[in-house]
Amino acid sequence: MNKQDIETAVKAELNRIAPDIDADDIDRSENLRDEFDIDSMDFLNLVTALSKLLGLNIPEADYDQMESFDDLVGYLSKKAPA
Amino acid sequence: MPSLGADMEAGTLVEQLVQPGEPVKRGDVIAAVETQKGTIEIEVFQDGTLQEWLVDLGTKVDVGAPLATILAEGEATTEPAPEPTPNPNPTPAPKPEHVAQEPEPKPIEPTPPQPQQQRSSPKPDSRPRITPAARRRAAQQGIDLSSIASKGTITLADLESPTPKAAATPKPAPVSSMRSAIASAMSRSNREIPHYYLSHAVDLTAADDFVTRFNADRAPQDRLLLGAVYARALAKALSKYTEFNGHYIDDAFHQSGAVHLGFAVNIRGGGLIAPALFDAEAKPIEDLMTDLRDLVERARTGRLRARELSEATITLTSLGDRGVDQLYGVIYPPQVAIVGLGTPRLQPAVHDGEVAPRLTSSLTLSADHRVSDGHRGALFLKAIDKNLQRPEQL
Repeated sequence: MNKQDIETAVKAELNRIAPDIDADDIDRSENLRDEFDIDSMDFLNLVTALSKLLGLNIPEADYDQMESFDDLVGYLSKKAPA
Repeated sequence: MPSLGADMEAGTLVEQLVQPGEPVKRGDVIAAVETQKGTIEIEVFQDGTLQEWLVDLGTKVDVGAPLATILAEGEATTEPAPEPTPNPNPTPAPKPEHVAQEPEPKPIEPTPPQPQQQRSSPKPDSRPRITPAARRRAAQQGIDLSSIASKGTITLADLESPTPKAAATPKPAPVSSMRSAIASAMSRSNREIPHYYLSHAVDLTAADDFVTRFNADRAPQDRLLLGAVYARALAKALSKYTEFNGHYIDDAFHQSGAVHLGFAVNIRGGGLIAPALFDAEAKPIEDLMTDLRDLVERARTGRLRARELSEATITLTSLGDRGVDQLYGVIYPPQVAIVGLGTPRLQPAVHDGEVAPRLTSSLTLSADHRVSDGHRGALFLKAIDKNLQRPEQL
């Protein structure tokens, strides 16, 4: 999966959780949870879904590498096999 | 039609999931009703055979009204009298003749008018798309978003463009149906319940460390959130402080043996539901977390069960990690207490004789003076605190 595919997948999952916010309108370098107004349960569901979809182990200790939308996509791209 | 909780008195039958002649078992979901808080599933409370539906799809049904006739085993099929079902009474062994009753006193006031038939579950296009910045600005300035003309997503530019300037004088927005349900329950609460309030600073470092350790080697679907730890600590404390767990109905407190813990869930787009985690006193923390995930998911997609809305015996409300320090809860009748947790944050605190950064929050209690007083309330909060200091024993 390339970076573009991963970004599409992340947007799709975020749209499922926060359908009222368009991923194209957010500030991609700002705090993801603030931008999408998602709580810890939403974030856990996001990580669960992405982990299953991409077949990745996403440890909780790595959460601080996923602060913003760009951070999250970058983190997943680095971990996902090309 | 069973009770749908203190704030709703009717629902519209939208699904009949069992055909006449089919057998039903206690606990089966046999119908769904559309309400101000989304689609609610109706469970049957006795075994038998569904003889006949008494209400057509699309009909509005009051709580307590018969929905269908159920024949108990061996009962004649020609029975003409409509037998109401399901029985909202949580205690088992209802007699077949028992008439379903609204278990709570009827509020004195009539139901507030519902201005519009609006689904309360989040729907992608139920409100205008708007960027977060624009949403904050609109909220700050009281701008009615429906007055903003925008192609697609509303942005800051739309709010600042000259045409909608007039919108800065806020015109009253129509109250959503969920909002009127909340308003009705909270008005009743403030009218009937003599609240008292207590607050206690609590060190959450141990609880947070426990969650971190627990989650370290687990896949996301098996991870805990602090909310589950709070729920477990609260449920355990209630085994000793029983006067905070139950319902106040008809001038008497009915203590509950089981802890059906209402967990306040924020609904996107505005709104709040506190459905019950059943038997929280008897479940290990992992099971509570599984139940909590399922409950929050269904609260947000609008697929709860009537029992989950009417049978909570106490409410827990946690502001999560993006909120503020402290909250003062309003009790959800006929319950008698609501426990709140503010947003945990690192604060300087004295720990083991040294000043150290500790993860701290405010634990609050709003409780009913008809049932308890501040002395017991304080001991109750301290018991929750103690449980939070020893999370591995939860």
